[in-house]
Amino acid sequence: MVHLILFLFFGGICVAGAVNLLMQRHPINSALSLVVVMASLAGEYLLLGAEFVAAIQVIVYAGAIMVLFIFTIMLLNAGEEERTGKSRVAMMLGIPGVAIGGVLVAWVLLRHSSTSDVSMFALPGVPHDIAQLLFHDFLLPFEVTSVLVLIAIMGAVVLASKPESIAPTHAEPAQKKEEVLELVGAGKERR
Amino acid sequence: MTIPLSYYLLLSGILFVCGVLGFLIKRNIITIFMSIELMLNGVNLSFVAFAAHWHALSGQVFVFFVMVVAAAEAAVGLAIIIAVYRTRETLNVDQVNLLKL
Repeated sequence: MVHLILFLFFGGICVAGAVNLLMQRHPINSALSLVVVMASLAGEYLLLGAEFVAAIQVIVYAGAIMVLFIFTIMLLNAGEEERTGKSRVAMMLGIPGVAIGGVLVAWVLLRHSSTSDVSMFALPGVPHDIAQLLFHDFLLPFEVTSVLVLIAIMGAVVLASKPESIAPTHAEPAQKKEEVLELVGAGKERR
Repeated sequence: MTIPLSYYLLLSGILFVCGVLGFLIKRNIITIFMSIELMLNGVNLSFVAFAAHWHALSGQVFVFFVMVVAAAEAAVGLAIIIAVYRTRETLNVDQVNLLKL
């Protein structure tokens, strides 16, 4: 009973945040409702016993990634989005299609609900066991993802830097050299 | 103290569908990006639910991989958004219709 109440509590917050993300027109409001969704999902992970995943969810997802999003929104000074081009065919076909698909999936899932139950804290995912798996069975994928992150860092640096800093123009090399000399001189004087 | 596994899967499906809807109806490129994150979160929930159901911890390890890929994707994607904004001065996807910067 406690499990069901807690599940419905966190699940309700989660769905409300997701719907609010769709409804809001200002990106910063959408970002904040996404933080709500991620925090309540961490609660769901705790209910399932995945404590370490819940902690990582809050730290990495709701912390690092969302800070990146909000930083970009504020950097670009993103305003309210304008609604353009409402397609009538999409409305006529999309809404019934989504409704039929959702009802079908829900029906299939709930029909088999009696055979499979999940108990509270069913599988405690303590860091020790996860580390055993991660650094033993999944060592190769772990290393590959580290390479992926390295590539992503380099890609982000190259893409986000200004075009002049990637390919320096040789229009005024003399002036640049003077600037560098001035900077070096200033550094020496400071010392 | 047990509830059906399908409740978790339903919640995961609802989150995924919300992400797909946001991807389709939103016009701001940053909000579209957030919808993708919402979809990834829905999938993560089903990973953890199935890990609890089958008593296999590898489901939770896969959540880590999904998070790493999501973080890498967010970093590169936001850098691309900044590069696009620098040349187009807009965040509306309807006005960004050329791959060329």
